[in-house]
Amino acid sequence: MELKTKVAAEDGKHDLLITREFDLPVELLFKAFVDPVLVEQWMSNPHATAKVLKLESAKHGSYQLQSTDAQGNIVFRGGGVIHELIPGLKITRTFEVEGAPFGAQLEVYGFEKLTDGTSKLNMHVIYESVAQRDMVLKMPFAQGINMAHNRIQEILGSQKQS
Amino acid sequence: MNLRRDVFQAIADPTRRAILLLVASHSMTAGAIAANFDTARPTVSKHLQILTECELLAQEQTGREIYYSLNSEKMKEVADFIEPFRKMWDDQFNKLEEVMKKYKTKK
Repeated sequence: MELKTKVAAEDGKHDLLITREFDLPVELLFKAFVDPVLVEQWMSNPHATAKVLKLESAKHGSYQLQSTDAQGNIVFRGGGVIHELIPGLKITRTFEVEGAPFGAQLEVYGFEKLTDGTSKLNMHVIYESVAQRDMVLKMPFAQGINMAHNRIQEILGSQKQS
Repeated sequence: MNLRRDVFQAIADPTRRAILLLVASHSMTAGAIAANFDTARPTVSKHLQILTECELLAQEQTGREIYYSLNSEKMKEVADFIEPFRKMWDDQFNKLEEVMKKYKTKK
């Protein structure tokens, strides 16, 4: 199945463009980013529960999110400041994962109306350096490798005990 | 022992990455591949077995020799390291769409 989300990351550049079309009116797409209750709902997944610690959706506002696993351990905490917020059109904000070596990134979200019922999100993310961008891009890839390793360890570990 | 092999596991090892590079240009026998490494022949055989199991290598019998070549279709899955990143965002945005559709009908 083809993924609806496109990621454009040119070699040697320190930014990337994430685009996605939604089967939603642009007002609802925008609301998903500014309403704390809705943010918590779509940021959560079967492995992690998202919590909005702070979300002041306004110019010069700030936000902080965290995720916990099934055991209640914090697996992620991050946030940033909102530089500009134009309802239904644009959000410019910074983002930084706490305790990660990636540094802050600048995110420009452009909300575009396609038809009355469909919309498009253009997400431009700018990093401090090419190396930083590439490290962030490779994270899910590295996690995939780690998960494979953990799975092997689990299997081998359980065999040892038996 | 029958571990399910996956491509991430296969390419996590530097020797296996080197083997993939070797056979990328032309198919080679196990002996010819092993000649490129200082490691023992059985170790190389084990690597070839893992790469074959996860379908990154294709085997072809020519007379008494088995030739290994790169399965480029499977390689495409891993060649692009951006794919897991894209998948992560796609999952997230699918969830967003689902949540907002429910929200819309509730109103």
